[in-house]
Amino acid sequence: MSGGPHRAPGFTEAPEFKLLIIAVAVFALMAVLAPDRFLSAQNMTSMAFQFPEFAILALAMTITMMTGGIDLSVVGVANFSAVTGALILTTFADPGLGTGDSLMWLSIALLASLAIGAVCGLANGTLVAHFGLPPILATLGSGLVFTGFAIAMTGGSAVMGFPNVVAWLGNEQLFGVPVPLILFAVLALLLHVLLTRTAFGLRVTMYGANPLAALYAAVDINRMILKVYVIAGMFSSVAGMVIMSRANSAKADYGSSYLLLAVLIAVLGGVNPYGGYGRVIGVILAVLSMQFLSSGLNMLQVSNFARELIWGALLIFVMIINTHGLPGLKSLKATPSK
Amino acid sequence: MLTGLLPKGFWTRNETLVAGVILAFCLMATLSDPLFFTVTTLSDLLRASIVIGILAIGAMVVLISGGIDVSFTAVAVFAMYVATRIALAVWPDMPWPMIFALAMFVGAGLGAINGLFIAFFKLPTLIVTLGTLSVFRGFLLTFVGSQRISDLPPEMRDFSRGVLARGTTEAGSFYSIPWSALALLAVIVLTWFMLKKTMLGRSIYAIGGSQESARRIGINVQWTQFFIYVYVGALAGLAGIIHGSVGRMADPFSLVGLELSVLAAVVLGGARLIGGYGTITGTLLGVVLIVLVQTNLIVIGIPTIWQSVTIGLLILLGTGVPAYRAKRAAARAG
Repeated sequence: MSGGPHRAPGFTEAPEFKLLIIAVAVFALMAVLAPDRFLSAQNMTSMAFQFPEFAILALAMTITMMTGGIDLSVVGVANFSAVTGALILTTFADPGLGTGDSLMWLSIALLASLAIGAVCGLANGTLVAHFGLPPILATLGSGLVFTGFAIAMTGGSAVMGFPNVVAWLGNEQLFGVPVPLILFAVLALLLHVLLTRTAFGLRVTMYGANPLAALYAAVDINRMILKVYVIAGMFSSVAGMVIMSRANSAKADYGSSYLLLAVLIAVLGGVNPYGGYGRVIGVILAVLSMQFLSSGLNMLQVSNFARELIWGALLIFVMIINTHGLPGLKSLKATPSK
Repeated sequence: MLTGLLPKGFWTRNETLVAGVILAFCLMATLSDPLFFTVTTLSDLLRASIVIGILAIGAMVVLISGGIDVSFTAVAVFAMYVATRIALAVWPDMPWPMIFALAMFVGAGLGAINGLFIAFFKLPTLIVTLGTLSVFRGFLLTFVGSQRISDLPPEMRDFSRGVLARGTTEAGSFYSIPWSALALLAVIVLTWFMLKKTMLGRSIYAIGGSQESARRIGINVQWTQFFIYVYVGALAGLAGIIHGSVGRMADPFSLVGLELSVLAAVVLGGARLIGGYGTITGTLLGVVLIVLVQTNLIVIGIPTIWQSVTIGLLILLGTGVPAYRAKRAAARAG
C-alpha cells in the first residue's frame, strides 16, 4: 500500500476508491434532496465555473504536503499576484483599448503575476530549505507579508476597471468547456505527470516518506524543496488570476476561506499531511465532493456559517478515518509513539 | 533573567533580541514624538496587551508541548458570547466572577474537544485546530446567534469600570489601569508556577522535547496533552469575556483573525514550533512588540497599511534567526 505511486494497488482497495464512493454518494444525496435544481444543466455549468479557483489552490497545497510541509500562504500569494496583475491592467490597458492591445496587456499581466507567484514560492522555499524554518511558520509569516504587500499596493481597496478580455479567463467557455476548468485540468495533469512520471516526483515522494533516507540517497533536498514551493507559488498565482477574472476585480482579502478549503481538499483527497503519499486523482475526487456538497447546501439554503461548520467537521472526520481507518496511510512519524 | 540558565547565551536569546527591538522602537518613537514616552502611552499599551497577553500565554503552552493551536480565538469568542447569552437569559444580575467562571468553563469544554482529537486520536494539531476554528465559529454563528449584544449584564459593565489606579498626568492626559490587568497577572503567575514548579509543567516541556522520551520516562503523554488544550481553552474563555466586558459589547464576529498576531508574539518570544522551548518573559516581550506595531507604527513613520508586512517580517525574523542558528549548529555537529 505504501509502495509509492508506481505500484498501484487493486482498484477497489485504493483509498481513492472510497473517495469515488463519497463523491458519488454526495452527488446522489444532493440530487435526491433538490432534484430539479441540482441536476439542471445550469447548475452543472455554474459548478464547473466555481470550483477551479480553490481546486488549483488545493493542488498547490498537495505538492507541499507531499514533502511533509504545508503552504499557508497560498491565498496571500494568489491575492498578491492578482493585485499586481490587476494594477498592470488598470494602469496600461484602458477599457476602451482594442482587443489586440488588451490581449497583449493581459498576457503581460499574466506573466507578471506568474513571476510574482514564482518569487513568492522561491522566498518560501528559501526560508524552509536554507534557513530551516518550519513550513507552518515560514508560510504563515510570508503569507502575512504577501497579503501586506497587496494591502500596501492598493490601500486595502479593490482594483477594478479591466478591459473585457480579462473576463474571458474566468467566465468564458472554450468548445463548451469553461476556461477555468480547462486551466485546472491542465494543471492537475501537469502535477500528476510531475509526481508520477519524473525523477523529481519520485524524490518528492521519497523525501516526504522518509527525509533521512532521501538524504542518504543523495537527493539534493534544498533544491527539491525550492522547486516544490515555486510550483506551489505559481499554481497559487494562476488561481489568483482566475479569481481576479471571475470577480472582475482584485483585492488583498479575497478568498480568505479558501485556505481552510485547500487544506481540507488535500487531506480529504488522501494526501498525507506528514508527507510521502498523495495522488492527484484523489484531490480531484475530493474537489468534486466538496463542490457537490457546497452547491447542494447552497440550494438547501444553508448559511455560509453552517457551511464553514460542516467543512471543519468534515476535515476532522476525514483525518480520523485516514489515520485510524486505513493502516496503510498511517504516517511514519506517528508510528513511533505506538 | 528568571530563566537564564546559561549567561553566555544571553546575547543570542530571542528575549534579548526582542527587548532590543522594543527599546529601539520606543527610542525612535520618542525622538519623533516626545509625548510618546508617557504614563498614558504605557497604560494604553498595557490595556491593549491584556487580551492578547492571556491568549499568547495559552498559545505558548501549546507551542512548548510541540503543537500549534489556531482555534483559540474562536474558542474565546464562542465562550464570551455563550456566557453572555446564558447570563442574560438565566440571571441578568449574575455577579461578574460567575460570568467569568462560566466563560472559562465553556472555553475549557471547547478546549477538551481539541484535546480529544489531538491526544487520543493523535491527529496533527494544525489540522485539528484549523478544523475546530471553523466548527466553533460556524456553530456559534449558525446556532447561537450572529447579533451583536450591547446590552451586557450590568455586572460586566461594572467590571470594565473598575480600575486599580487612575489619574491625570501633569500634561493633562488621562491614564488608568483596569482590573483586567490583575487577570493577566494571575494568568502569568499561575502559568509560571505550573511550568516551572510542578511535575505537570516539566512534563509539558518534556513532551515538547521528545514525545517518545517523555513516554519512556513514565509521563502520561495523552492526559498531559489533553490537559494542555483544556487549559488553553479556559484561558481563551477568560480572554474572550474580558474582551467583551472591556469593549462593552458581545460581538460574535470579533477576535477571530487575531490568532496570527498572537502566534507572532509567541514565536517572537522564542517559543519554537518543534516544541520544548518557550518562556513567559519572552512571550510577554513578544506581546509588547506586536501591540506596539499594531498601535504605534505610525509614530515611527511607517504608514499603517504596512502593518501586515511588518508583523509578517517580524515572524520570519523571530523564527528564522533561531532556526538558522539551530540548522548551522546541527550541520557543524554532523
